[in-house]
Amino acid sequence: MARRGVVNRGVVYAQGAWRGAWPSGMLRWGRALRPRREGAPGGAPGGAPGRPLRTAAPLSSDIFRELGRGLGRLGQTLKDQLPALEHGAGGWTPPGTPAGPRPPEEADVVVVGGGVVGWSVAFWLKALEGRRHGMRVLVVERDPTYSRASTVLSAGGIRQQFSLRENIQMSRFSASFLRNINEHLGVPNEPPIDIQFQPSGYLFLAPPQRAAKLEATVRLQREEGAQVALLSPTQLKAKFPWMDTEDVAVASYGLEDEGWFDPWTLLNAFRYKAMSLGVHSCSGEVQGFITSAEDTVSLQTARIKYVHIHMPDSLEYQPVTCAIVINAAGAWAEEVMGAAGLPGVLCQPPLPIQPRKRYVFSWHCPNGPGFSCPFLIDTTGAYFRRDGIAGNYLGGMSPPEEDEPDTSDLSVDHDFFQERVWPRLARRVPAFESLRPRGAWAGFYDYNAFDRNGVLGRHPKLENLFLAAGFSGHGLQHAPAVGRAVAELVVKGRYESLDLRRLGCRRLVEGEPLEEDGVV
Amino acid sequence: MAALRAVLGCRGAPALRPPPGQSRGAAGGLLQRLGQWFYEVEVVMAWGERLRQHRLRSRNAYRSFLRDTYGENVAAAVFTLSCGGGVRFEGQDSWIRPESHWRPEVLRLRDVPVVALDLSGSPLNYNGLDNLVPLTRLRHLDLSGCPHLDDWALGRLHVFGDTLQELSVARCPRVTERGLATLHHLRELRRLDVEGVRVPSPGLVRILLEEMLPDCQVLGMDLGDGTGTPTGGEKPPA
Repeated sequence: MARRGVVNRGVVYAQGAWRGAWPSGMLRWGRALRPRREGAPGGAPGGAPGRPLRTAAPLSSDIFRELGRGLGRLGQTLKDQLPALEHGAGGWTPPGTPAGPRPPEEADVVVVGGGVVGWSVAFWLKALEGRRHGMRVLVVERDPTYSRASTVLSAGGIRQQFSLRENIQMSRFSASFLRNINEHLGVPNEPPIDIQFQPSGYLFLAPPQRAAKLEATVRLQREEGAQVALLSPTQLKAKFPWMDTEDVAVASYGLEDEGWFDPWTLLNAFRYKAMSLGVHSCSGEVQGFITSAEDTVSLQTARIKYVHIHMPDSLEYQPVTCAIVINAAGAWAEEVMGAAGLPGVLCQPPLPIQPRKRYVFSWHCPNGPGFSCPFLIDTTGAYFRRDGIAGNYLGGMSPPEEDEPDTSDLSVDHDFFQERVWPRLARRVPAFESLRPRGAWAGFYDYNAFDRNGVLGRHPKLENLFLAAGFSGHGLQHAPAVGRAVAELVVKGRYESLDLRRLGCRRLVEGEPLEEDGVV
Repeated sequence: MAALRAVLGCRGAPALRPPPGQSRGAAGGLLQRLGQWFYEVEVVMAWGERLRQHRLRSRNAYRSFLRDTYGENVAAAVFTLSCGGGVRFEGQDSWIRPESHWRPEVLRLRDVPVVALDLSGSPLNYNGLDNLVPLTRLRHLDLSGCPHLDDWALGRLHVFGDTLQELSVARCPRVTERGLATLHHLRELRRLDVEGVRVPSPGLVRILLEEMLPDCQVLGMDLGDGTGTPTGGEKPPA
């Protein structure tokens, strides 16, 4: 083995053939004082007799390297002592434990439902609370995979073309929120949020019998500040040559702040920002309440005292003391109101919110409408929009009342596309006569059967219950505005930025519908 | 005393993960890392961000008093010049730039319409377009290199549908093909410069733009100019 004598603090490990001539101690000292001769013939392995065999002695700088390594190991050991930050990371959890954090024992506000409306309410509560960690907000979501949530199954459109003033105002507020989403929902040190908004606008086609109504709604929309243009059939044909304008009397085209975006990004942005502001979330289902009606004799009004959050697939439940409950359960808002513990007398009026299944079909058409394709809603109610730049489109239709599909699951009826949607769209866009269906999915509308508008505000009998559901297909685009409105009600006691009193429960109590015509 | 987030269990904050590079150099990276560990640094960084947004908002504010007093052309010209851009009025060959004595000149041209605006590199955003939207005879608009111009703002350019002939959105980092799709309103457009705009497949977007605006010459979005993901010869994503 090649030997390398190395000077280490002046001690020379002797090599070479010098041996024995001098007494060993003196020899060593003498050699120590003499500089080492490089390249001495290899000779006997090992140093002078009695010295340990060293193959490579450490350099003086190696002390610091050793120190660095030692400190690193010390740091790692200390880090391992710290409790794991994530639930279950680095530890063992018993099988059958539900995933996700457990609900706390008390919370100030419990938001039932973790969709975009629920998280929007939670975010705005934190944004308006006035002091850091001023209230403890808990969002309860029973399905952390969001497999049936309306938010993520939505086509993702936003428009200002509604026939009710409040809806137009909510859409305009939401559009300006989404435009400045990084100001509102930006978290420090995180990449900017990109909801992939496509500002292509909505195009509503009206047959002759509905032309006057469309013109009246466009006038209302313009009064509220929305940029909407009315187009005649010739103008339509000039702008969109791929369209067949037979039996179209007039069309309304949204020019600004209308289009579609990615709902999942918005939901995650709300969730992440809300959690960074201190909102707690847990997975579980609200299946029971305890109200003050059990203590008092008269049943005029009551307060909810406890919310029972049941763990999935388990008999376990956690009673959470709460001051305020917000029902943002979307299509299942009425089911939540039917949970055990809420006296039937106090749940009047019943919420007319039902889940209604809607299909969204995706297809590919190589010669379809190009870049300028808006979100087109036909005279027959069928709609479609472009999806990306590769010739894919999304579309569907709301079936008439008597043909509502069964809502027990989210299975898709492909015959619906074949027999109802395709012929109508092919009539309107001749290029769609040859297309290749790619897939389909179904989602629920939280349909308000009374008047197809959201129910917002305090419950008339349950003093600390707020409602935010029933938007009949526009929940996603109104979510920022709804969240702000409910948060203002909770924190300040009245509406400040948007006056949505007409959307309260009063119209349900008095039986006066506030109709919305522009439900797609 | 700086509150250590890890030790206090960062209640409510999600698990710490390394933030992707959004730093402004070495100092920014250090601040980022400190911000992960200390609440105070994070708050100070948030204040810095809010100050930046406030400054951007004030630069893009709508000068309604100018419009009421002098008319929309002068208001747009003053806005452009205060952002560091250039203005050209009808009948003039040379550009008015902020380096010259522009105030008396612009006021002299009170009733002359503005035909060309050069806002390249300016902090123009959606709100700043309030100042430009009333113009009725604008023919040339240069918005290249505007860092805050995004798809929402491009959606507002439809008001120039009857007059705009030349538009440039080259090298605007926030413009994507979704904003370019709204340019179909600009029927009179003859030159569109989209050099350096980041899109997933430049060749396909160029074809779609040429189809959408048949009389317009599209500059800049070629297959080989390196914008977007380099996927030579692949079929567009289905």
